[in-house]
Amino acid sequence: MSAAPGHVVAEPAGGPLRASESPLQQAWRMLRRDRLAMAGLAVLALLAVAAGAGKVLTEWYVVFDPAAVRLPEKLRAPLSVADAERVAPEDLPALGIYLLGTDELGRDVFARMLQGSFVSLSIGFVAVGISVAIGILIGGLSGYYGNVKLGFITVDTLLMRFTDVMLSFPTFFLILTVVALLPPSIYNIMIVIGVTSWMGTARLVRGEFLSLREQDFVVAAQALGLPERRIIFRHMVPNAIAPVLVSATIGVASAILTESALSFLGFGVQPPDATWGNILADGRSFIFDAPWLFFVPGAAILVVVLAFNLLGEGLREALNPKLRSR
Amino acid sequence: MWTFVIRSVLQRLVLLVVISILAHSVVHLAPGEPSQVDPSNPRLKPEDIARIREAFRLDEPIHLQYAYWIHDLFTGELKSFRDDQPVLPKIWRRFLNSLPLFVCATLIVWTLAFPTGIAAAVRRGRAFDRGSTFLAYAMISTPGFFLAYVLILWVVDTFNVPVIGMRTFGMDAGSPVNYWMDRLWHLVIPSAISALGGIAVLSRYVRSQMLEVVGQDYVRTARAKGVAEDAVIYRHALRNALLPFVTMFGFLIPGLIGGSVIFETIFAWPGLGRLGYDAILGRDFPVILTLNFIAAVLTLAGTLVSDVLYAVVDPRIRYD
Repeated sequence: MSAAPGHVVAEPAGGPLRASESPLQQAWRMLRRDRLAMAGLAVLALLAVAAGAGKVLTEWYVVFDPAAVRLPEKLRAPLSVADAERVAPEDLPALGIYLLGTDELGRDVFARMLQGSFVSLSIGFVAVGISVAIGILIGGLSGYYGNVKLGFITVDTLLMRFTDVMLSFPTFFLILTVVALLPPSIYNIMIVIGVTSWMGTARLVRGEFLSLREQDFVVAAQALGLPERRIIFRHMVPNAIAPVLVSATIGVASAILTESALSFLGFGVQPPDATWGNILADGRSFIFDAPWLFFVPGAAILVVVLAFNLLGEGLREALNPKLRSR
Repeated sequence: MWTFVIRSVLQRLVLLVVISILAHSVVHLAPGEPSQVDPSNPRLKPEDIARIREAFRLDEPIHLQYAYWIHDLFTGELKSFRDDQPVLPKIWRRFLNSLPLFVCATLIVWTLAFPTGIAAAVRRGRAFDRGSTFLAYAMISTPGFFLAYVLILWVVDTFNVPVIGMRTFGMDAGSPVNYWMDRLWHLVIPSAISALGGIAVLSRYVRSQMLEVVGQDYVRTARAKGVAEDAVIYRHALRNALLPFVTMFGFLIPGLIGGSVIFETIFAWPGLGRLGYDAILGRDFPVILTLNFIAAVLTLAGTLVSDVLYAVVDPRIRYD
């Protein structure tokens, strides 16, 4: 997206165009007016801080220990003060308070949520990264080299039929099958979610490439004899990236939801790694005795996924060239 | 038209073969076999494992296993690894359980999503539109089982009705009226809860589709010549906005298998999703593969039906 070439906004549909503004600045101006999207962005900024803090404070400098088991202090309510007599001094929570209570093993829910924020977020981003990479590769190949013949079949037909094949699998069932058969690990979950969700991106990119290929600036670049690599990555990909960015934002949200659904069925990230999904899934057994174990991660997932979805919708509007100059 | 249909059917048959080969390879090449479900069981000796592998033909080369599977599937001799029951009748019984839940949920989704979406589009930017948009996003963003648990607690507390399972145990001894009321309660609440996500998604689609159509010239013309606003919305705009939804009928059917795992688990509903889940847990390859195959058949048939329907309802589209 960086410094998108100026030729994207050849003819804005009416309205004054500020001459000095790059398309990126215009999109930002549009986005800033969308209060819901900005709220989403603010939440995600907070989340990024929490995830960073989670990685640093629970693994590198252990201030909040997510793994400390304190059996005498199990199922304590949020904000309750730790009992220094029953807990070993090195297991006392920071500040001496269980901010979000403790779970059935007396582990600090706040520390686990903090650790989980990094894990959940990285599952979302890595899965979407994989799916976007595959999507751009397949969509780009079939959009740009679509007419090349491989024997009796064109590249476009081959790749798009393959996309159809992938679309014909019931996705969640496929994810479940593969995750259940593979040894449980956080990397397998990221990869499986990514590998089963690139089809939409591939179709988007193919569509964009098909129309970009005919446009004057690409024809000009070809006439100038630029290498194909440069034409594709420097001139075409930046112009095709806007819809991909939107679907990627929403994709992170759905990857986080998929992970929590997998956790619910017992195929998610395995303990001792905490994710919001498996804290929520484990918390459902204590919905009456310790509602915070269920409602804290549930509300956290809701807020974060909502933020991703609202930001994605805001981006869709802001990056849409038809609406841009309003 | 007919050449189009025939060509698409042939194309889809090729796709189906590719899908079945792919699914078969994924399931068989992934680590984990029926003989290893319980590795810690001390009574499972190596010769037992060899016997199991022999009985399930797991020692054959993979392409032969594929041929056996296809052969057994089409002659109806395919047996489940777990209980040696024929697979197709097993799936059929579960299908009959899933069907009422699916039909009921789909009816709820379609009857509620359309009015909501249309009303939001007509009142664009006003309180109803913004409220329903936000609510829809909130519902899309909630983990399905979290929402379901919260709603189950609320429903049970408020209406004092049972929600788990297909019927209350021992109810068949009562009068038929009580029995069927009990069945109905058990059906309606899971359907309504599992419909929520669908309502949110579909009402968004309806809204954006309506907004697109309302901006068209022929709607402006209808307004300009003084047609009543209701007639403009429902006769001129809605009819055209509905076109893409015809195609969605085709994509609904596969949801029968894939979309139901979570909700059937929550409500202990013995349907297709549960069957698939149990089969996956037990490495019951014939059931997994056949379910997957049926899902692919349904998806491909669905897209074919929607392509044809699209040409039927929209005179602008002609396939040659």
